[in-house]
Amino acid sequence: MSAHEQYAEDLTLYALEALEGEARANLEKHLENCSGCRQELEQVRGDMAMMAMSATGPKPPQGSRQRLLDAIAKEPRGLAVVAGRAPRFNWWAAFGWAAAVAMLVVVIQLRRENWALRESVEQLDSLVGKQTIELENARRVADAITAPDAQQVELVTAKTPAVPRGKAFYLRNKNSLVFVASNLAPLASDRIYELWLLPRSGGPPIAAGLFKPDANGSASVVNPPLPAGVEAKAFAVTLEQESGPHDSPRGTAVMAGGA
Amino acid sequence: MAVLYDRYSSIVYSVALRVLTDTVAAEDVLEDVFMQLWGNPGSFDSSRGSLGAWLAVISRNRAIDALRKRCPASDIEDVVVSITPDLAADADRSRVAGKVRELLGTMPAAQRAALELAYFEGLTHTEIAAKTGEPLGTIKTRIRAGLTALRKAFQE
Repeated sequence: MSAHEQYAEDLTLYALEALEGEARANLEKHLENCSGCRQELEQVRGDMAMMAMSATGPKPPQGSRQRLLDAIAKEPRGLAVVAGRAPRFNWWAAFGWAAAVAMLVVVIQLRRENWALRESVEQLDSLVGKQTIELENARRVADAITAPDAQQVELVTAKTPAVPRGKAFYLRNKNSLVFVASNLAPLASDRIYELWLLPRSGGPPIAAGLFKPDANGSASVVNPPLPAGVEAKAFAVTLEQESGPHDSPRGTAVMAGGA
Repeated sequence: MAVLYDRYSSIVYSVALRVLTDTVAAEDVLEDVFMQLWGNPGSFDSSRGSLGAWLAVISRNRAIDALRKRCPASDIEDVVVSITPDLAADADRSRVAGKVRELLGTMPAAQRAALELAYFEGLTHTEIAAKTGEPLGTIKTRIRAGLTALRKAFQE
């Protein structure tokens, strides 16, 4: 097989170790598969050997032979280490190192994520703990006000006849309303009290729960469904037909109070 | 190894000295080449050419590496040299050396200069083109033609 003419000049430069960059890479790739060009390369090196003959003449300095033989005597054959020679590149070793570096990067990244997650969990734990305490306090307040067995004592001026009273606790931003009433007159069986929230915006009254007093005239409404974030101007209680409708006040007002 | 040294050290040393023009540096190359042969005797395949020719090429390449202060551009075991004349005997080497010198003397000056700059000074074709002010392609052609002329001279 003959050499490819288009590679002839590059083969000469390659043999002289003067071919660089892309041209060198391309030629080496070609040489892997072209025996003709490999043979031509060997021939060019033969030409180089003859060129070297033009330099023959001087003998090595005295002592050089003995120094070499002494050096050889210290080196086991086949294990000589030649100073200045670049080691052959070991792709497997390089792959191993690359894999180790990649694993290290992954481990560092995972540790960072782990720390971030742990921090988030600790923050959430703290928030849950705080909210649990707030909820427990709120429940105790609500229980004290609304529990059936809670003692409710109202102090009024002596000998004043008992009049219906109501108290509304409204937290607009949490949409929470607790209403407790006392001294309510007993109701006919077809009647019911209805609590109303009167918006500060001037809109129509918003139904805030139906209730009937117990035997002591006490009643409560806790967290009825309400539209979110309505600012209250006042609360009122009306006496309504139990059968309804209950979407707007139709009966007589029993009590009212401004917020 | 002593026998090989006695037979080939003058080729190895002469080429290194011609390239490096420094006896100490040339001696380092001489020792380096023989130590590599001692350390890795399988790097030379005797079925594929003359040991003298192979050592001459290795010596030239190592000397150029030293001159350009670079790591060796090739492994010695990858260097295979195919040559017709046998360079084992002193007489053969003298005959070849005389013929090569004669041929170089008859070469056009520009061609000989391009070949010697590439061979003994390790300049790339780009560097030679910059130095001589001639086109890259011309330099490449001259280097190749110079080496081809040597080959033909020994095939006749």
